[in-house]
Amino acid sequence: MKEKARILDQEAVKRCVTRISHEILEKNKGVKGICIVGIRTRGAHLAGRIADCISGIEKEPVDLGVLDITLYRDDLTSISQQPVVHKTEIGFDITGRNVVLVDDVLYTGRTVRCALDALADFGRPRTIQLAVLVDRGHRELPIRADFVGKNVPTSREETVEVRLTESDGKDEVVLKERGNE
Amino acid sequence: MIWTRKDLLGLEELNREEIELILGTADSFKEVSSREIKKVPALRGKTVVNLFYEPSTRTRVSFEIAAKRLSADVINIAAETSSVRKGETLLDTGRNIQALKADVIVLRHGFSGAAVLLARKLDISVVNAGDGWHEHPTQALLDIFTLKEKLGRIEGLRVCIVGDIAHSRVARSNIWGLTRLGAKVTVCAPKILIPPGIEQTDVDVNCDIEEALSKADAVNVLRMQFERDARDAFPREIDYFRKFGITRERLKKTGRDIVVMHPGPLNRGIEIASDVADGSSSVILEQVTNGIAVRMAVLFLVSQAHDKRISAD
Repeated sequence: MKEKARILDQEAVKRCVTRISHEILEKNKGVKGICIVGIRTRGAHLAGRIADCISGIEKEPVDLGVLDITLYRDDLTSISQQPVVHKTEIGFDITGRNVVLVDDVLYTGRTVRCALDALADFGRPRTIQLAVLVDRGHRELPIRADFVGKNVPTSREETVEVRLTESDGKDEVVLKERGNE
Repeated sequence: MIWTRKDLLGLEELNREEIELILGTADSFKEVSSREIKKVPALRGKTVVNLFYEPSTRTRVSFEIAAKRLSADVINIAAETSSVRKGETLLDTGRNIQALKADVIVLRHGFSGAAVLLARKLDISVVNAGDGWHEHPTQALLDIFTLKEKLGRIEGLRVCIVGDIAHSRVARSNIWGLTRLGAKVTVCAPKILIPPGIEQTDVDVNCDIEEALSKADAVNVLRMQFERDARDAFPREIDYFRKFGITRERLKKTGRDIVVMHPGPLNRGIEIASDVADGSSSVILEQVTNGIAVRMAVLFLVSQAHDKRISAD
């Protein structure tokens, strides 16, 4: 895989997070009733940043949870590497709340489908909204994002790699392509 | 670390990374039991058969709950009410269960090596839920999980196992697991209940309970089976309690807070005093709770590995 283009740099990631946070507040008319739930691993990091940003703007804390969707995947047996099960941490009741689900890249929509199944086991939210840093197209399910950092048209041969300081040491999003070796 | 075993037969054959993977996975599964809807779809469409040749309630129920929280279907077969009574061999029973397209057999059997035999002959997963005096891996894993949760680590811990070591599969599995993770194990029992050859291992032997406790961070109190093996060593139960029973006085004498474990069912007043079993140092009921998460992790890992193997063929 060779790097083809850098889609977002550190500043751009930061601006995306700030804008998405404002959009979430605008759509929900404030912080009341909102909770943020990130999908492990990088969605959880982004969710943390969005929650920080929102509570910075509104001067009010916002509930933050982490969802591990491994156990809800429909491709457990066909994926090549063995999935590692991590903890789900949702320490509050989501029933009646507006849940903002956060992930790094929206692609086929299958991860979000798993996350919706998982959330349903925790309660009955009033709404579930979806925020992603990058939407790269190629949906295989009827799923769309409510808040998008950047839309990136891609081909299926390409991959989008999101790197975040918490797990990768720096913030950036790059487009990669299978090279002709 | 990748789990590749379709079976869990004992802790002797596992390396440190494999044991840590089970414990880590169990840690993630623990949260499921605290939800309002205590279920995840990970083993949906799988069938788990509990095949029990010895009476057991807690292990069977724990496996059954674990499988159900993973959305598997569970069938319980107790040997005394099945065609085993008509003379069917273990292997034939196993082959029939496989022909019924079950995915996992959880086996409890009185003969050491029964699970290994079944695992070798069958393609489906086999989980050892106790075989003779050999191993009881999930019990040891839940003991170790509980210890780690309580004390934060296993490496360097000093664990004393008290009771009928010679006839105990719980002791054997604990010894394998604990030593592999870097704990120091001391066994304490009357001489006749210490297995011969133990001197050749890293395990210390101490026949004085107070001395053994004085150097321990945790004590695992085994159930004394007076209905079978322990009768040879002690004619009366009260004699055992006087010499080896875990009492508040004995724990107090050490001047430290020792974690007290017991695999159950309890013989109050034989191997453990009632006030110790119910006391603040006891983690006996936490062990029961953790058993579910540990067994969920085991069922998940072996069936994952089994499916991988099928898709690789």
